[in-house]
Amino acid sequence: MQILARFSRPPRAAPVAALQGLPRLPWLWAAAGAVVLLGAMVLGVLVGPAHIGLGTVLQALVAPSAVDPAQASILWSLRIPRVVLGVIVGAMLATAGAAYQGAFRNPLADPYLLGAAAGANLGATLAIAFAPGSSLIGVNVVPLAGFIGAAAAVAGAYALGRTVTGLRNTTGLILAGVAIAAFFNAIQTYIQQSQTNSVRQIYSWILGRLVTAGWEGVLLVLPYVVLSVAVILLHRRLLDALSIGDEEVTSLGISARRVRLIVVIAATLGTAAVVAIAGTIAFVGIIVPHTVRLLVGRSYRVVIPLSLLFGAAFLVLADTAARMVAAPAELPIGVITALVGAPFFIVVMRSTRAAAL
Amino acid sequence: MNDIVLRGVGIAYESEVVVSGLDLDIGSGEWLALIGPNGAGKTTILRAIARLVAYQGEIRIGGQTVAGMSGPELARRVALVMQQPHMPEGMSVSQYVLLGRSPHLAYFGKEGRQDQQVVAGILERLALNRFAARSLDHLSGGERQRAAIARALAQQAPVLLIDEPTSSLDVGRQQEVLELIDDLRAEQGLTVIAAMHDLTLAGQYADRMALLVAGKLVAVGTPADVLTEPVIADHYQAHVRVMQMNGASGRAVIPIRGHAPAKVEERLP
Repeated sequence: MQILARFSRPPRAAPVAALQGLPRLPWLWAAAGAVVLLGAMVLGVLVGPAHIGLGTVLQALVAPSAVDPAQASILWSLRIPRVVLGVIVGAMLATAGAAYQGAFRNPLADPYLLGAAAGANLGATLAIAFAPGSSLIGVNVVPLAGFIGAAAAVAGAYALGRTVTGLRNTTGLILAGVAIAAFFNAIQTYIQQSQTNSVRQIYSWILGRLVTAGWEGVLLVLPYVVLSVAVILLHRRLLDALSIGDEEVTSLGISARRVRLIVVIAATLGTAAVVAIAGTIAFVGIIVPHTVRLLVGRSYRVVIPLSLLFGAAFLVLADTAARMVAAPAELPIGVITALVGAPFFIVVMRSTRAAAL
Repeated sequence: MNDIVLRGVGIAYESEVVVSGLDLDIGSGEWLALIGPNGAGKTTILRAIARLVAYQGEIRIGGQTVAGMSGPELARRVALVMQQPHMPEGMSVSQYVLLGRSPHLAYFGKEGRQDQQVVAGILERLALNRFAARSLDHLSGGERQRAAIARALAQQAPVLLIDEPTSSLDVGRQQEVLELIDDLRAEQGLTVIAAMHDLTLAGQYADRMALLVAGKLVAVGTPADVLTEPVIADHYQAHVRVMQMNGASGRAVIPIRGHAPAKVEERLP
């Protein structure tokens, strides 16, 4: 306190003006994100093989009993839960992507960096190939296996990275993730190739879809996503702090390892949950946070909440496009996100000239 | 209160011993320069006091062992300015300096008005207020060094560790930074430990200096005690003239032309 008094005394006794240059959530962008999300959700609910007008949709929301039961059923048990699931999955993947990028100080990090996708794919492949249609305590075994696979792969990468470099730097951890992912992918490909009758089903799972889910899927992932997003949001300041490097942040009394571990666990838990339901949808975790950075700056205090909003909007739009492009057939949503994502990713890399890699 | 005591401090990277058997006392409010040839262990000692490397022996600040303090507690006692601080692209000066408030915040805490006022005061004191909103990557060398010192000051720690404060600065900026540290020391009673390779600068600003050679302390005392021609010839293999400058204990070290240092093979026993 004594030292504080010295600082706030002279040179001038007048109260110091508000500090310039601190990151603030740009409300205009947040409002724009909310409007885009709302628009995407309305569009998502309107689009489908059966024509249902906006008036009916609004009526179904306000007074469901006044709507034709068949239409109400399509809305409430198919389209609305699908859009809500899209919101949850998109928000989670984009938030987890931003969190991974902050935790690893690597702009190329995505929620699948430590093997979550490879693990989920292997788990789901095993379940589809060897236990088709079975369930465990009332839960379909495929998402359960996907969840366990994703969590196991990341835990394995963490344990392996720890033995290699003692977590002194993130490179060991990332390499461990690459190794685990390659190993799991190899096993997954082998099983997929040897089980010819389930190849199509496995492939469709890998490319991701929101179709089979319904409210059951929403309720299954929601607790994990809420917990994960809450923990990541609480770490916004610390993720900014990590950007000065592990040693310097340690000298400020912050344990970089602890922050990284908590953020990675939270992001992985949420990712594993949504991947288990929706498959390994690519690129959302990379392109959404990068777009936000290009638009509003790099502070995680801004990047994380806006990624959440725009990630949700992006995935709902992508899902709507996946339903429209080849109607009445549906494209896997991963095809749309990657089709838009890959060229976009190249533009982002070129515009930043990969300086921070 | 803020005196620092090192007893039998030994530091090894992997299996290589970098510092061994170091005993050193630094008084509260004192400026101690760690000097010595390249690789003598100057930076390593600063890192040990900031607990960034494991060490044997004991380091105490104000009677309390460094090993027994929590991370934030230590960061409230000791601030470290690294030789080449990492300055993230796109981060503003005020955001960077505000990071220095971290040890005063709870894990999930957020900087409050008071923290912002502390930072605003420091930016003003260091003539950085007009750069507050500027991105770190748009600062000159001298401004970057001032920003790094500002972040350390925001910790409001009574002990300032600073690694090569003047490297890669021109002579004007060197003087500016060292004068700043000296003034801050007087204003706030800071204890300063600085690793310095420029003996003349160290000889002007430090109260005392500790000469390290291959991780061992070989001399400690005022610049007048340590910066003598025989000591420098012995430990730096340099032919220099030492002149008295700025008061009885200030010293300047000037290399003599035409006297090449002993070749490596001649130095070997």
